Amino acid sequence: MVNKNFKNITKGVLSLEEIKKFPGYPSEERFKKGAVAVIECIEEIPCNPCETICSRKAIIVGNPITNLPRFIDEDLCTGCGNCVIKCPGLAIFVINKKFSKKEASIALPYEFLPLPEKGTKIIGLNRKGEEVCQGSVYKVLSNKAVNHTNVVTIVVPKQFADKVRFFKVLN
Amino acid sequence: MRIVNHPILGEEPARKEVEIIVDGEKIKAFEGEMIASALVASGKKVFRYTSKRNEPRGIFCAIGRCTDCVMEVNGLSNVRTCVTPVEDKMVINTQKGLGEWKVNEK
Amino acid sequence: MEGERKVKTEFAVIGGGPAGLTAAIEAAKLGVEVTLIDENFKPGGQLFKQIHRFFGSKDNFAGERGFEIGNMLLGDAEKYGVKVLLKNVAWGLFEKLKVGISDGNKINILEPERVLISTGAIENSIAFPGWTLPNIMGAGAAQTMINVNRVLPGKKVITVGSGNVGLIVSYQLVQAGAEVLAVIEALPKVGGYQVHASKITRMGIPILTSHTIKRANGNKEVENVTIVQLDQKFNEIIGSEFDLDCDLVCIAVGLRPLAELCWMSGMRFDFISELGGFVPVHDENMQSSIKGVYLAGDLTGVEEASTAMEEGKLAGLAVAESLVKINKNKFNKEVSEVRERLRSLRLGPYGEFREKAKERLIKSYYDGGRY
Repeated sequence: MVNKNFKNITKGVLSLEEIKKFPGYPSEERFKKGAVAVIECIEEIPCNPCETICSRKAIIVGNPITNLPRFIDEDLCTGCGNCVIKCPGLAIFVINKKFSKKEASIALPYEFLPLPEKGTKIIGLNRKGEEVCQGSVYKVLSNKAVNHTNVVTIVVPKQFADKVRFFKVLN
Repeated sequence: MRIVNHPILGEEPARKEVEIIVDGEKIKAFEGEMIASALVASGKKVFRYTSKRNEPRGIFCAIGRCTDCVMEVNGLSNVRTCVTPVEDKMVINTQKGLGEWKVNEK
Repeated sequence: MEGERKVKTEFAVIGGGPAGLTAAIEAAKLGVEVTLIDENFKPGGQLFKQIHRFFGSKDNFAGERGFEIGNMLLGDAEKYGVKVLLKNVAWGLFEKLKVGISDGNKINILEPERVLISTGAIENSIAFPGWTLPNIMGAGAAQTMINVNRVLPGKKVITVGSGNVGLIVSYQLVQAGAEVLAVIEALPKVGGYQVHASKITRMGIPILTSHTIKRANGNKEVENVTIVQLDQKFNEIIGSEFDLDCDLVCIAVGLRPLAELCWMSGMRFDFISELGGFVPVHDENMQSSIKGVYLAGDLTGVEEASTAMEEGKLAGLAVAESLVKINKNKFNKEVSEVRERLRSLRLGPYGEFREKAKERLIKSYYDGGRY
C-alpha cells in the first residue's frame, strides 16, 4: 500500500509567524528601504561566521557565540550577500521587496549542479518545499571567492517574498 | 555510478585507469581508488554470501571496521574491499562464506 | 611475517583523525618527537568526507569545509615534522606503553614515552527484517562513497534518522545526484539542527517524524521499504504502513566509540549513553586510567570535529607538559584557553547535555570508572 499523501506529514518546519519572531528577521520598515539580509537562524548553536564576515558590522552575535544573530542597526546592512555565502547553515537570504512595483528578489545560497541561467523560468518553493508561485532567475553569482556556495537571485511576485526560500526549474 | 561533476568537489580528476577482473568480468577502475569504490561505480551491490543461510551482503560502514564488504582478492579471502586499493589485473571474486584457505607449505 | 623490531619514539599517536593530528601537531610544535599511526592510506579520519561548512568560531575554522581543514592539518603535520606511518594497524596496547603495529608484512613494537589513542567512532545500526540487504548501509558509508570516492551507490534514497548526520548526508546525496524520498524519524521531533532540516525540507524532502522502518524488501538488494507510523509509546499504528520504492537506505542512528585498544589494555570505562555508550574515562587533561596513555576525540564521546581538535590540542599540551617541554605557566595559560573554547562549543541546547556528560566522565575517572 503506497501512501500518496505522505508529503503532508513533514515535521521540522517553522511557520512564517514563528520565524518572524526571531531577531535576524528585519522589520517591515527596513524592508521598505530595499535589499536586506534575512537571517533565519533560530537555534542557539555555537556559531558566528555571519558576524565575522559582515564588512559593515551590521550583524552581532557577541558572547557567548550561541547568541542568535541580530542587527545592531538594520540600516547598516546593504544587502551585499557575503553572509549568505559564509553561513554554514545556509540560513541567510537577501531579500529586496523594492525590486519592482510587483516583484521582490530573493538571493539564496545554491550548492547544486547544474547552475540555472539568467532568465530561466522557475517555480518558487516555500520552507516546506511546496510549490507556491512562478518566477525567474535574475542573477547567478558563482566564482572562486564563493567557494561553491553560489548565490542565485530569483524574482517572484512580491507577496511571496517572505515565503519562498528555494526553487525548481520549470520544465 | 561515477559522479563526473560535483557542485563542491568539482570535476572528476584525471587518474590513471587500471583493469580489474570481477567474477570473471573485466571492469575499469582508477589507480588509487578502493576496490569497493570501483565496484559501486560498476553497479555491483552483492559482495559476498553468508556461510549458513547463503544471504547476500554488501557495504555497511565503508571505513574498514565492520567487515561486511569482504571479498576474495587475488586468491586471499576476507579482504576488506572498502580500505584496499585496486591494482592492475587484480582478481576479485564474490566470496562464499568464510572463503577458501590454502595451507601454507612453508 | 618478519621478526618484530622495536622502535623508540617519544609520543605515539594512534589514529590520525582531527583529534590525533591536532595532538601530534601541538606536541611537535613544542619539540616532542611524534610518530602518528593510521591504518588508512591517507590520514584525516572523517574530515575528508565533510564537504559542508563547519559551525563554531574563527578559532574552529568556522565557515571552512571539513576537507579544507583536513588538508590544513596534514600540511601542519608535515611542517612540524610529525612522522606519519600510514597503512599501519595498531593491534595491541601492552604494559609499559608498548604498542604493537603491523603494515601487513612486518610487525613493529613501538616503545613510546607517551601514547594518545584517538581511534574515533563507528556507526550504529538498527535491526529490522531485511536490514542486511545490500545497499542498506550507514549514512556515513554513503557519505564516504559520494564525497571521497565520488561514486553514487543508489539514486532513490530513504534516510533513517533525522540527527545531524542523517540530515547532512541527505543534503549531500542530492548534491551527488540522488533523489531522497524521505527522512524517517522515530521520535516525534527532528533530532538535528533546524537549519540542517530546513535545507532539505525546502527542497521538498519530507521528514516523517513518529515513523520507523518496518521492513526492507528485495531479492539480492533493497528494492523497497515498508514504513509505519508510531504512537506516543512507540508502538506501530496498525494500518498506517506504506511502501516506498528505493535502491539505497542510509541508516543514521548514532555512533559509538571504537575502543578495542582501550578495552584490551585494561583501561577503566564508564557507560554514558549521551556520549555513545561505553567510553574510556579520562581526567581533565585527557589522561586515561593508565598513566602515560591519553585519549581524545570521538573515542572519548561522540561529538564533532571541532571538539575533537580542541581535545587533541589539550592532550598534546598535556603530553608536552609531562615531558617537560613546556613551562607550567605557559601550559596553564594555553590549557585554560582550550578549555574556554571547549566550553563555548558545548553551549546551547545541543551542547549542554554533552558538557554535562563530559563532566560525568571526568568524575567517573576520579571514582575509578565503572567497568
